[in-house]
Amino acid sequence: MPDGVGRGMFNPTATWRHFLARPNNDRVKVFGVAVLVALFSAVMVSVTSVALKPLQDAHIEAERLARMERMLDTLPGLRDLMEEAGVDALESRLVDLETGTFLASTDLESFSQERAETDPDLSIPIPKAADVAQLGRRASHMPVHFLERNGELLLIVLPISGKGYQSTIRAMLAIEADLLTVAALTITEQGETPGLGTRIEDTAWQNLWAGKQIADDTGTITISVVRGQATGPYEVDGITGATITSNSVGLMLRYWLGDHGFGPFLARLRREGL
Amino acid sequence: MMDILIAAIFQENLALTSFLGICTFLAVSERFETAVGLGLAITAVQTVTVPVNNLVFNGFLIDGAWGWLGLPEVDLTFLKLIAFIGVIAAIVQVLEMVLDRYAPALYRALGIFLPLITVNCAVLGGSLFMVERQYNFAESVVFGFGSGAGWALAIIAFAAIRERLKYSDIPSGLQGLGSAFLVTGLMSLGFAAFAGINN
Amino acid sequence: MASNLRHITSPLIDNNPITLQILGICSALAVTTSLSTAFVMSAALTIVLCLASGSISLIRKHIPPVIRLIVQIIIIASVVIVIDGFLQAYAFDLSRQLSIFVGLIVTNCLVLGRAEAFAMRNPVWPSILDGLGNGLGYSMILITVGATRELLGAGNLLDYNVLPLASDGGWFEPLDLMQLAPSAFFIIGMLIWAIRTYWTKQIEVPKFSLRIDQVR
Repeated sequence: MPDGVGRGMFNPTATWRHFLARPNNDRVKVFGVAVLVALFSAVMVSVTSVALKPLQDAHIEAERLARMERMLDTLPGLRDLMEEAGVDALESRLVDLETGTFLASTDLESFSQERAETDPDLSIPIPKAADVAQLGRRASHMPVHFLERNGELLLIVLPISGKGYQSTIRAMLAIEADLLTVAALTITEQGETPGLGTRIEDTAWQNLWAGKQIADDTGTITISVVRGQATGPYEVDGITGATITSNSVGLMLRYWLGDHGFGPFLARLRREGL
Repeated sequence: MMDILIAAIFQENLALTSFLGICTFLAVSERFETAVGLGLAITAVQTVTVPVNNLVFNGFLIDGAWGWLGLPEVDLTFLKLIAFIGVIAAIVQVLEMVLDRYAPALYRALGIFLPLITVNCAVLGGSLFMVERQYNFAESVVFGFGSGAGWALAIIAFAAIRERLKYSDIPSGLQGLGSAFLVTGLMSLGFAAFAGINN
Repeated sequence: MASNLRHITSPLIDNNPITLQILGICSALAVTTSLSTAFVMSAALTIVLCLASGSISLIRKHIPPVIRLIVQIIIIASVVIVIDGFLQAYAFDLSRQLSIFVGLIVTNCLVLGRAEAFAMRNPVWPSILDGLGNGLGYSMILITVGATRELLGAGNLLDYNVLPLASDGGWFEPLDLMQLAPSAFFIIGMLIWAIRTYWTKQIEVPKFSLRIDQVR
């Protein structure tokens, strides 16, 4: 290479080789290697995450629907009721959470749960005082699934979510026609501590929720997860060694059944029916 | 506080109930003196790292930790694992230097298992349990000491048993590691008896 | 080439990570309750071992000693997250079982142990082979333990009923001990006994032998 080219010009190859040639305990090298490794790892992880996300999302959605089907299978008599009503799946509608009314459009096909929760036009921030489930934002419109016969509500399933110990927990909450009793709770997504927090997905624990009462006579939401043994219809046993995770599930229910979640919708259902 | 200490040593023994740090547990328990040395090292590391990680977690990582800088929305809890490992790595590095200077025989005897304390699931697990159970600083100190002492108790008792086993007439195929596995299984079944105690 | 083949074959029995090097045990307890989870964990760990050892070996000459461990851990953690991402996209059901154990792989002493003991001082291709060999050795033990625990603990293999359960009218009463972690200890202990009965080279010769005293 002619002499004049290297001098005075920034030569990346030479700089790189110069950097590599530094001794391993040289301060610049330590910093440089640390930054490079961190940067490279971050790029690798981000690129694969972003590229693979659509595929993963499709799977997650299919899984969630399958979970709901399985949950419906566990509710005694539900399949018979569905047969009587002449349907083979629950009806799904979008609900405006603030007014509690069904949305006129049945554009459930184009509804994307993730976009609805994060897009600033489609979601609202939750005020800190009300944010017991630590979600930050929530979608303005949410799907609900229900079974009705001749205009009478038999069962309603609400998708709920909340922050767990180290992941977002998602679940389907099935409520009886009286809108006060839990029919079933199915955890559809979680990434909690293996062997401890993940036990919220155990059939045994999820079965504890069936038959629990959401609110007391005054209408105040009292359902909660307690440490140790539950006493009464408003409490569910917590899981030993997974306090934060099991409490999060209780807080999730509190939030979504409250005024800031599906509360207005449920209140309207009580007043006017479907 | 006392019940945290007792539970950490007996009911929730990191080695025999939660099965954390088993590789080191099995590998370093052949000689009693080395096991005592490692037990003390782990107790020391645990007593320091759990409270320090508590401060790091509550001071830098949790939601709202950066409120004083005008950034209350920042939530860095996803960095928990790497931050804890970083703290533990630093403290283990210090321990390595201390041992190399003041107890070189122990340093050599521990070999590769000394840097492996950094990713010893028992040490990391202790910090993660501390976060899961939302201990405050004082409770973290007690829990750190208790969980480390529990692990130390397990390995010291185990090493004592193994030293005795050396003189027993067992099939040659079972000698050493084979019998170690069987004894660990029996010890953990034994420790399961503590689970019924109500603190 | 012969020496490279040795990297793959020696960790199978002669230098097996679990039964000789004593690395990777913690995960062998938690994931072996059923054969399918044992398979998934084995496959994932083998791939992580190859990629991590390879990557670390690639930059081994330029890792400053003072940040050595953290650099290794970052590389291992990234590899695990990438593998998990691919699994979630292309083999979703498998990834559901694995995502629980992702945390266990990141702090698995086997991956870090081989990185420290081999990848840091050997070229890339032998390091990858060493990762493969150790992964296969680990898998052999895990699959054996997983099969035993599932068969004796539930009468199934890969969720397919093999031994007719007493509760279904058969003769097999499942051994509840197999559901507990200590059973894995017992099974591995017996495995070691079996291995060393044949591969007598691995037997640990006691330093002191019993001396029969004559009665004087």
